[in-house]
Amino acid sequence: MKNRISALLLGTALTFASANLALAQDKTVKIGSLSDQSGLYSDLGGPGSTLAAQMAVEDSGLLAKGWKIDVISGDHQNKPDIGSTIARQWFDVDKVDVIVDVPNSGVALAVNNVVKEKNGVYINSGAATSDLTNAQCTPNTVHWTYDTYMLAHSTGQALVKSGGDTWFFLTADYAFGAALERDTTAVVTANGGKVLGSVKHPLNTSDFSSFLLQAQSSKAKIIGLANAGGDTTNSIKQAAEFGIVSGGQKLAALLLFLTDVKALGLDIAQGLNFTETFYWDMNDQTRAFSKRFSERSKGHAMPSMVQAGVYAGLRHYFKALEALGGNPHDGTKIVEKMKSIPTEDDLFGKGEIQPNGRAIHPAYLFEVKKPSESKGPWDFYKLVATVPADQAFTPLSESKCALLKK
Amino acid sequence: MQALYAQLLVGLINGSFYALLSLGLAVIFGMLNIINFAHGALYMMGAFCAYFLLNIAGIGYWWALIIAPIVVGIFGMILERTMLQWLSGLDHVYGLLLTFGIALIIQGVFQNYFGSSGLPYQIPDALRGGMNLGFMFLPIYRGWVVVFSLVICLATWFLIEKTQLGAYLRAATENPTLVRAFGINVPRMITLTYGLGVGLAALAGVLSAPINQVRPLMGADLIIVVFAVVVIGGMGSIMGSIITGFALGVIEGLTKYFYPEASNTVVFVLMVLVLLVKPTGLTGRAA
Repeated sequence: MKNRISALLLGTALTFASANLALAQDKTVKIGSLSDQSGLYSDLGGPGSTLAAQMAVEDSGLLAKGWKIDVISGDHQNKPDIGSTIARQWFDVDKVDVIVDVPNSGVALAVNNVVKEKNGVYINSGAATSDLTNAQCTPNTVHWTYDTYMLAHSTGQALVKSGGDTWFFLTADYAFGAALERDTTAVVTANGGKVLGSVKHPLNTSDFSSFLLQAQSSKAKIIGLANAGGDTTNSIKQAAEFGIVSGGQKLAALLLFLTDVKALGLDIAQGLNFTETFYWDMNDQTRAFSKRFSERSKGHAMPSMVQAGVYAGLRHYFKALEALGGNPHDGTKIVEKMKSIPTEDDLFGKGEIQPNGRAIHPAYLFEVKKPSESKGPWDFYKLVATVPADQAFTPLSESKCALLKK
Repeated sequence: MQALYAQLLVGLINGSFYALLSLGLAVIFGMLNIINFAHGALYMMGAFCAYFLLNIAGIGYWWALIIAPIVVGIFGMILERTMLQWLSGLDHVYGLLLTFGIALIIQGVFQNYFGSSGLPYQIPDALRGGMNLGFMFLPIYRGWVVVFSLVICLATWFLIEKTQLGAYLRAATENPTLVRAFGINVPRMITLTYGLGVGLAALAGVLSAPINQVRPLMGADLIIVVFAVVVIGGMGSIMGSIITGFALGVIEGLTKYFYPEASNTVVFVLMVLVLLVKPTGLTGRAA
């Protein structure tokens, strides 16, 4: 008799327990910050992006509401195969729910496929290729900070309109460089300009003199640098040496980050025009965030737009999670929710996430200050023009994303 | 055709870095039998040393050319005394692994403190600007690099192959016991030789600081190519490494012009070919 009662009790308890499990929302989230942690992109993303993710978790207020949120980081070493292996392991073994950052377009596209396959969430901030929300778009991907279309249109258009109608490209020889050259070429020709030629250089080149000489002898008015990070700073530095700018040709740094300007020094970087979607010294909110960030970052660096994008993208992700109440493991459902809420944050202002996964917000055309105009160690940019959110990115009518053809 | 001249000259400029670095490697390998994988890291330390001298002590480029190689050379000698000397007589692979580990540690430490994008270092005022050669605009600084490194390379070759000191050195490598019997302090000489090789790397680092960003990984990117240069030239051959350094710079420059996508690999293709045809390298003697 006693045995039967205890069996009954146990059975009831088990039933309740399992019912409880189904009712209680799972509020455990794991964030993977996948980046170049030690190579040429590690200053603009890298450990700073992990810090930004950590700050987004703290500022979301979800921890106080009983959520358990962890941030882990990984080093993809700029190799697509390593990037996708880490992503796979994160989903299969470590139970990661969302992958953020991922600079390097080659790696970004590889990870894009893994996230889709595993139905995770992918908030890319570091990569440039517009393919992420175009031909290769997925229902799991949000591309936050910037892309090659935006860079081409903002910087490219401004330069062509100010008389730079002949171009020669120095292009990094991988997915990103190709995308940036393609998108900029489209802008140049659409505005009546002409591309005289281009030369592809391997990623992570230290000597650009051969390539610069070819650009010089092309007599193009604008030398478009379709590269990033250390490649861009080396090109700019060596172009100054070869008298390219003093010879009347103009450099277009199609993608330049705050950390690059810091590395170049204002002496060399002054006068460059380029586009970003975030700069620490825009308004009180960006200054407040950047101050908090730099207090904790390596070398007290100010955040780059990539790191700011990691923060803002995650804040928006948390908004969607909170609206859903929990269960962060169904990627498409969360991304759908993210698209349905308008974006608004301190760093990028108001915007939205379009059906193809493109987060849109205003883009800013900046000019690097002269050394005499700079008032502090990170005071580098002056604002030249603002491109409104709805004009800065690929119009949906031009997007080749399959999600739009429903 | 004009463009071709320009590329040849640019190749020569890169070649001078290859030559300086591979020369240091050849000296170290020839005299100490150590495959010095830390060479790239020491080259980077030379560039950083120049940066610190300028930004902390206010000491300019010209003094850095002298001070940085000495400082880094002393660091190298400490490495040799405390670690490398215990490996003498062991298989090459031990030295290779030890120096590779040292390189990773040095680079990691610098990266931790200075990030990866690098620090700016300006061209000294006296070498700014350029000359128009008709077929290209030659920055004066680059011209200076070619001339200066050529002088240093030849001086080193002269020191080792033609002087009394060099003769001692070469003898000490052949038969240390006998040389010691003549009352020469062989271990000290070996330490100094390592210091010399390391100093050459640091010198190349200072020369390169105004051209490239002063970055923790600047040596890691270069060292593999330089090793290929040494292998092609023949391990341990002084003149071989100088000539191959310049020659490969030129070949790489031409590749950048005719087929830029292959410019990163052309040196290695050549290395494979040379190894297949003449495994001791172009000027190497059979071991």
